[in-house]
Amino acid sequence: MTARFAPGDAVRVRPGAKPGHVRTPDYLKGRQGRIEAVLGSFPNPEDLAYGLSGEPGRVLYKVGFRQEALWSDYEGPSDERLYADVYEHWLEPGGER
Amino acid sequence: MSHGNDHDHAAVTGSATSPLAARVRAMEALLIEKGVLTEAEIQDNIAYMDSRSPANGARLVARAWTDEGFKARLLSDGKAAAIEFGIEAGASPEFVVVENTPGVHNLIVCTLCSCYPRNVLGRPPDWYKSFEYRSRAVREPRAVMREFGFEPPGGTRVAVHDSTADVRYMVLPMRPPGTEGIGEEELAGLVTRDCLIGMGVPSAPTG
Repeated sequence: MTARFAPGDAVRVRPGAKPGHVRTPDYLKGRQGRIEAVLGSFPNPEDLAYGLSGEPGRVLYKVGFRQEALWSDYEGPSDERLYADVYEHWLEPGGER
Repeated sequence: MSHGNDHDHAAVTGSATSPLAARVRAMEALLIEKGVLTEAEIQDNIAYMDSRSPANGARLVARAWTDEGFKARLLSDGKAAAIEFGIEAGASPEFVVVENTPGVHNLIVCTLCSCYPRNVLGRPPDWYKSFEYRSRAVREPRAVMREFGFEPPGGTRVAVHDSTADVRYMVLPMRPPGTEGIGEEELAGLVTRDCLIGMGVPSAPTG
């Protein structure tokens, strides 16, 4: 497993829609976050959903997002974060430090 | 696969009368008729799910409260720690435990569907699967918790975990004050299902 990103890296979730089964929620598309952990390599769910093998596996990351940046009306301290698990092909470098 | 007998099978999934139940029974009948599943496999799976319950999570929590070494193992490899208790958490998905601390309170949601550590805790509560919870827990977790009658203590950060992929999360709550003299079994009795999702925290027994 070769992970492109490491904990602490600034990333952005790729914007845009992809037809079919996708495990990246819309509310995070185009949003900036930070890699919290590398969770391992897993069969690609976008292929598994259609009876394919899901190979080669995709590296999965736990990504932290500042809540305040996600929701303009967020109630809570400005350093509160939401965490979601995002596959590598949905991430690109850049964004939050 | 041929269906070599002519009697009507009672569907394994029961006799509820809702439209959804009727659809499930129709799918079940088709899957059996086409040889994809057998009635025994469906029955076994229902029995497996019924053997899972939040009590499993409560036992893990109580042991973590009383055994620092176990707590470290639970936080670093949840599946292996569950197996120590004879809880077979299955090959997949992953089982990860997140720890509440004085600084951080964790809340679990799955905005995409209803991902939940079923192999350990059984079925999730209905509210966890509701569209309202799934859409609001990420956006206004504090308001949702208040509606459940719970408010994290001042100075505590709320961390929301959206289980979008191959990991299922359970919360390890903090041991409530006033429980120093209490044994592991009684401690487990303080840990409710909702505490394991982060929708509340355990409290010491009263009286």
